[in-house]
Amino acid sequence: MLDADFFRRWMTATAASVDREAERLTDLDSPIGDADHGSNLQRGFTAVTATLEKEAPGTPGGVLTLAGRQLISTVGGASGPLYGTLLRRTGKALGDATEVSAEQLTEALRAGVEAVMTLGGAATGDKTMIDTLVPAVDALGTGFAAARTAAEQGALSTTPLQARKGRASYLGERSIGHQDPGATSAALLIAALAEAAGE
Amino acid sequence: MKMIINVPETVVADALRGMAAAHPELTVDVENRVIVRRDAPVAGKVALISGGGSGHEPLHGGFVGPGMLSAACPGEVFTSPVPDQMVRAAAAVDSGAGVLFIVKNYTGDVLNFDMAAELAEDEGIQVAKVLVNDDVAVTDSLYTAGRRGTGATLFVEKIAGAAADEGQPLERVEAIARQVNENSRSFGVALSACTTPAKGSPTFDLPAGELELGVGIHGEPGRERRPMMTSREIADFSVHAILDDMSPRNPVLVLVNGMGATPLLELYGFNAEVQRVLADRGVAVARTLVGNYVTSLDMAGASVTLCQVDEDLLRLWDAPVRTPGLRWGV
Repeated sequence: MLDADFFRRWMTATAASVDREAERLTDLDSPIGDADHGSNLQRGFTAVTATLEKEAPGTPGGVLTLAGRQLISTVGGASGPLYGTLLRRTGKALGDATEVSAEQLTEALRAGVEAVMTLGGAATGDKTMIDTLVPAVDALGTGFAAARTAAEQGALSTTPLQARKGRASYLGERSIGHQDPGATSAALLIAALAEAAGE
Repeated sequence: MKMIINVPETVVADALRGMAAAHPELTVDVENRVIVRRDAPVAGKVALISGGGSGHEPLHGGFVGPGMLSAACPGEVFTSPVPDQMVRAAAAVDSGAGVLFIVKNYTGDVLNFDMAAELAEDEGIQVAKVLVNDDVAVTDSLYTAGRRGTGATLFVEKIAGAAADEGQPLERVEAIARQVNENSRSFGVALSACTTPAKGSPTFDLPAGELELGVGIHGEPGRERRPMMTSREIADFSVHAILDDMSPRNPVLVLVNGMGATPLLELYGFNAEVQRVLADRGVAVARTLVGNYVTSLDMAGASVTLCQVDEDLLRLWDAPVRTPGLRWGV
């Protein structure tokens, strides 16, 4: 069973990973976006860890809802509402339970991903974070390590695609050949989940 | 890349501190990133709130003041502000007559303003929204995030601001803002990429002898690249791109806008060519504005925006305005 401490470890691991990879995310965002994905997420997850240190929600749902709200308040751009909604809706789906099973997390995360799809209007193949999150949630049923592998492959799968959402969409065919920064940061989030689980 | 900054992380806050010092007629909340006209809330009048990423100055903070915006919410450089900023701004400027959010069509701006509208309504503030999407360079809207909001933002903020100043009700101010957007079209060109402080090097690679036609205000590429063109050729291409998309029956407002690193000498010369094409195409010009109004940091280049106006819109355009970036009639 996964408790609030597990979810705090997930957020802390994500923050550390975003810190390490910020420059790479910004570089990926440079040819197809506006070169701020890394610094924006870094600002957001730094705020998330600071908030979780101050307030320590006792439930998995509480941790994710608070983290999501903090991202919405600090990140800006499209990433703020999208990542914020992902965590907030996942947290809400987990409810008030003090411990949740891996199966419950998978289902909650699926609800979170669906909320992101509704908000951003993106589907698989649009060259966004959805290309990482959908296969990752599907693989989560077979374990955290499988989810991480699926997420990494999902991020890589965006390279040959043409963007249809966000600023990259204005590049048209010129977006082809670049890995999507949002899909890449989403893979970091899933890898941090596996790390929190010790896998 | 050399810049007059301290560190990238404080660029926006530093600019806001300097703006506060230069403009005592504004209330600048540096910590929460909200710029408000000092006399807000103005009793009985609709309040206008706009915002977006920083780096487009004087948009939007430079357009706060009597006759235009009630408040502006600057985000990080090229990053939309967060909902907390808009909610705070709404609470500061709402007099009970409601607020109008003026939103440029970028995914981040749209999502954050949508969330802010919900939160503000929860607090009992009446909110209307208008989306600015005037950029004709985006041809295939079905497969993109839709047309971008660029130069028409200035027309919407000025004309709707004048309507609000007259005491018109929220639904009327919103309708006028929408009408201005629907009547406006823009097209931009870039001669060089811009450099964000966080990255420190140009955000895209534009070879020395080429220009980008149909560029966005963050340097998002547009339709195509070509070898460098003359002012005359750029005006022909830009104005024709706009007129392919609209057939003005009434006179137009013309905005010849600099992207940040193009001097007025070039902008005025470019305006001469723009006016020539408009005359050739039989389009009457009511008013012309030339300068750096909707910029993209240090990008070299220019954009043209046309807005078709009837007598009512022209009267509102001519109404007095007193802001750091736009000022006349007072």
